[in-house]
Amino acid sequence: MSQVLNAIFAPGFFASDPVRAGLVVGAVVALVTGAVGVFTVIRGQAFAGHALGEVGSAGGSLAFLSGTNPLWGYMGIAVVAAGLMEVLGVHRPRARDVATGLVLGAGLGFAALFLYLDTTSSSTTGVTVTILFGSLFTISQPMLPSIVVLSTIALVVIASCYRMLLLSSLSPELAAVRGVPVRAVAIAYLVIMAVAVSLAAETIGTILATALLVGPPATALRLTKRPGGAMAVAGLIGVAAVWIGIVLAYDSFYWPPVDHGWPVSFFVVAMVFVFYLGAGMVAALGRARRDRRVGTLLAMGESGCEPHVDADAA
Amino acid sequence: MTDPRPATGLDDAILSVDGVSVWLAGREVLHDVGFRVRPGEFTGLIGPNGSGKTTLFRVILGLQAASTGSVLVGGRPLNRRNPIIGYVPQKVFLDPDMPLRARDVVALGLDGHRLGIPLGWGRRRQAVDRMLAAVDATHFADARVGNLSGGEQQRVLIAHALISRPRLLLLDEPLANLDIRAEGEVVALLARIAREQRIAVLISAHDVNPLLPVMDGLVYVAAGRTASGPTEDVIRAEVLSALYGQHVDVLRVHGRILVVSGAEGASGVTLEETDSATAAPDVVVLR
Repeated sequence: MSQVLNAIFAPGFFASDPVRAGLVVGAVVALVTGAVGVFTVIRGQAFAGHALGEVGSAGGSLAFLSGTNPLWGYMGIAVVAAGLMEVLGVHRPRARDVATGLVLGAGLGFAALFLYLDTTSSSTTGVTVTILFGSLFTISQPMLPSIVVLSTIALVVIASCYRMLLLSSLSPELAAVRGVPVRAVAIAYLVIMAVAVSLAAETIGTILATALLVGPPATALRLTKRPGGAMAVAGLIGVAAVWIGIVLAYDSFYWPPVDHGWPVSFFVVAMVFVFYLGAGMVAALGRARRDRRVGTLLAMGESGCEPHVDADAA
Repeated sequence: MTDPRPATGLDDAILSVDGVSVWLAGREVLHDVGFRVRPGEFTGLIGPNGSGKTTLFRVILGLQAASTGSVLVGGRPLNRRNPIIGYVPQKVFLDPDMPLRARDVVALGLDGHRLGIPLGWGRRRQAVDRMLAAVDATHFADARVGNLSGGEQQRVLIAHALISRPRLLLLDEPLANLDIRAEGEVVALLARIAREQRIAVLISAHDVNPLLPVMDGLVYVAAGRTASGPTEDVIRAEVLSALYGQHVDVLRVHGRILVVSGAEGASGVTLEETDSATAAPDVVVLR
């Protein structure tokens, strides 16, 4: 038994402080991105979410230059970018990809500059890799309280706007008629998405942040038909992806090339994708079984009960 | 209607539209529109696509300001979020991936504008169940809305609009994209609701025929102008020709009405075989 456990959790796993911090932060962030991301998927704002994560590279690299934690950089830039996208017309269906793309381009321009300065000032590319692709093993412990507080705020805002968000995602027009301040709700959501994706950037990097924001919610939407349920399932899938990712990354220290663990973000994102594919298969199987059952019931209802021959007719 | 009282105007009308004109981007979309709708009345807002029906709805809903004229709802001037009005918009994109069951959509009609997470599960559920039953939607209450047929989705949206107990129900082209059977079901349902709950129904359509059996009166819109009154008074060649600004003929075939443009300089009438959904303003309306 202990051998099996040892094979899964390499020696020292639970005693390692970075692992513990990674497990806690990863889980908290996954719960937030799961809840927030369900609306990202429903509202078709995956591109905006991705852009908000990626422009964080500029903030993160600037924060490194000035010696503060990258999280504040990610979040500062993402919130500013969200505001800019709104001003440039992200609320208009036709203009929104352009607005998003413009802000993304400008943000990445600054990222190019600051990352270059980071690299020349520290004469290593490590910081670039950390900002772009993250590492759950390098979460700084003093950041834990801030991360938990920010996560709580994001969840509270999402819970408060829950029904307004649902109604305006269903139909902005219906929402407006019912007196929902559609534009204000959209802006609030954009800001909360900026916060969520910044938290994700802190764990798996600015480029991969969308994987947590979009992957688990899209998976959950294949499995559940209630909005609240989808948020919870998305959170749990995210936690599972992060935890399994951490375990595998820790184990990978014993894989070739020996003594160089594989990046934990790789495993997290891989798990997110595997879950998504798995959910697709589960959903397809469920549909097929349901169709077959309905088909059988219909066939039994008909007199004569011929085996259906219309399959080739078309 | 047999109203013994003198027509003082605001008396019993749930909706009074007076002299409304709307200018959008330098073009007059609606010109001097006026009509009344009384409680329990079933009124058709008939006209070809692009004639201004949706704009008129947006004015009544307070989403679009009128350039001139006035709109009174329940005897009072417009404001947004008028709880007296229930609304079924034309295009609600119900994606199959949307994690909403039919009952969730109906529940959003009850409290979708509120902050926070819904409380009072029992009472909320009862109200939703009653509403679903009223529109014959009980058997698909727990299905994803995106997976329902067009007619079923329409009934869910009607329930969404009705659950807040409005006195005026506006429906923008609810029959578009429905097959003939679903069309009949939706019309019968709306007529029943108008009668039983004394809700005034104002329904827009490009084809008058499905509504003929149930309408108390109609408002015909063409080129931004309207004529209103009982069907027989409005759908006449002189009235409609004046609206369209060109000669049109009104044909009656087996109890159905056919509005056709007079052929240019020809002695007869050309009956263009046009899908009514894409008809130009001067053709229309029979299937």
